[in-house]
Amino acid sequence: MNSTNHTVVVTGVGATTPLGGDASSTWEGLIAGRSGISLMEQDWAAELPVRIAASIAVDPGTVLPRPQARKLDRSAQFALIAAREAWADAGFTGKAGEDPSVDPDRLGAVVASGIGGVTTLLDQYDVLREKGVRKVSPHTVPMLMPNGPAANVGLEVGARAGVHTPVSACASGAEAIGYAIEMIRSGRADVVVAGGTEASIHPLPIVAFGNMMAMSKNNDDPQGASRPFDVNRNGFVMGEGSGVIVLESAEHAAARGARVYAEAVGQGISADSHHITQPEPSGNGIAHALQNLLDSTDLKPAEVAHINAHATSTPQGDVAEIKALRKIFGDDVDHMAISATKSMTGHLLGGTGGVETVASVLALHHRLAPPTINLDELDPEVDADVVRAEARPLPGEGPLVALNDSFGFGGHNVVLAFRTV
Amino acid sequence: MAATQEQILEGLAEIVNEIAGIPAEDVALDKSFTDDLDVDSLSMVEVVVAAEERFDVKIPDDDVKNLKTVGDAVDYILKHQG
Repeated sequence: MNSTNHTVVVTGVGATTPLGGDASSTWEGLIAGRSGISLMEQDWAAELPVRIAASIAVDPGTVLPRPQARKLDRSAQFALIAAREAWADAGFTGKAGEDPSVDPDRLGAVVASGIGGVTTLLDQYDVLREKGVRKVSPHTVPMLMPNGPAANVGLEVGARAGVHTPVSACASGAEAIGYAIEMIRSGRADVVVAGGTEASIHPLPIVAFGNMMAMSKNNDDPQGASRPFDVNRNGFVMGEGSGVIVLESAEHAAARGARVYAEAVGQGISADSHHITQPEPSGNGIAHALQNLLDSTDLKPAEVAHINAHATSTPQGDVAEIKALRKIFGDDVDHMAISATKSMTGHLLGGTGGVETVASVLALHHRLAPPTINLDELDPEVDADVVRAEARPLPGEGPLVALNDSFGFGGHNVVLAFRTV
Repeated sequence: MAATQEQILEGLAEIVNEIAGIPAEDVALDKSFTDDLDVDSLSMVEVVVAAEERFDVKIPDDDVKNLKTVGDAVDYILKHQG
């Protein structure tokens, strides 16, 4: 193996989501088919057209010490909690350098969100108007900057090989993980902490997405509102939270005897160049990302056993994704167990690529595909084998590949591939 | 009524505890905000704003850099409180 083509593996997972405060409780919620969506209890929500959301299961204020939490945007709080879990799960016992098994100069962090510190920005503007100049927090800028979660995670683990934040709306978390894979593959780093986070349950983002006609307004049935691939789907439900993984070169993981969840095979990336928010309806843009994945890795369509679909429960997007899979994988789609976990978690925007990567890696680890809840009547345009109400075992023998699709406003398409080891 | 040195120290200890999480009993006159109490330059701004409100005093930005220790801040507030 040459020095610019390292094999990359996943050695740690962490999450805090609407289903649970860590990766294992999130996974248990997914497998049980539990919905994390409920009516919002905040006073401001009462008058909004959209009054449902997938709020975090464990308040970060109960996890982080208050002096630390008050200097972090909620999105950075989520990312820090998920990153700490992933770091410990990978077997590291302290910061890079303090734990001699990882060199800080060879450690990176890549964490992204779609919207950045939007609640900090809006809340501090309220402070400025209501309480005056002197009361605006001096922590406002580092809290609202989009690279804040990455920078805070980097500080937490002691990353000096590079700290990055690729922003691509709802593909941000997946693009962060793709960037991290490349850092290791190309030899820039041995270990990278990577993922996505989002915290935008606030009246302005909810009203703004609602006015785009992008969100479900099924306020009378919160748990049934997110229904990817169902004929009666009518938009996404906003969720919040973070998913973070530890990626590592296979040599580095082997040298320290780390447990390996899966190989990170690679990523396919493309752009639609079609419309600022509408997906390209034939699926050509997504198909281009899938083709790039096949062209840049040793992956074979016959190996793909499971896809964690982007499937946000919008009328157009869910269909375009399946069309793209058919274009590239043809009849092989028939043996792919497709899950839309947003039916349970809602759509975590920039956090989704992180959380769904955790779900995809755990699906391989447990050889079990999560269900897609609320799928009462499959859209006839969805020509694929969607895992419905119950979790489904994946083939028990042989190597399996799982894909995690993420797409974002702006026409960003990212497909990540993982393989059992 | 003007606060005494003891009252100012007690008030600053509460503020530092609130902002940096340092136990109030560890906030003593000889302690450096940055080196001993985990109050960085951003958090120092918060300490100053809270102290201004509590002790009815104005602490201009140019004076903040001279407040290295808790004792410096206590003396400044004693001298300038309204």
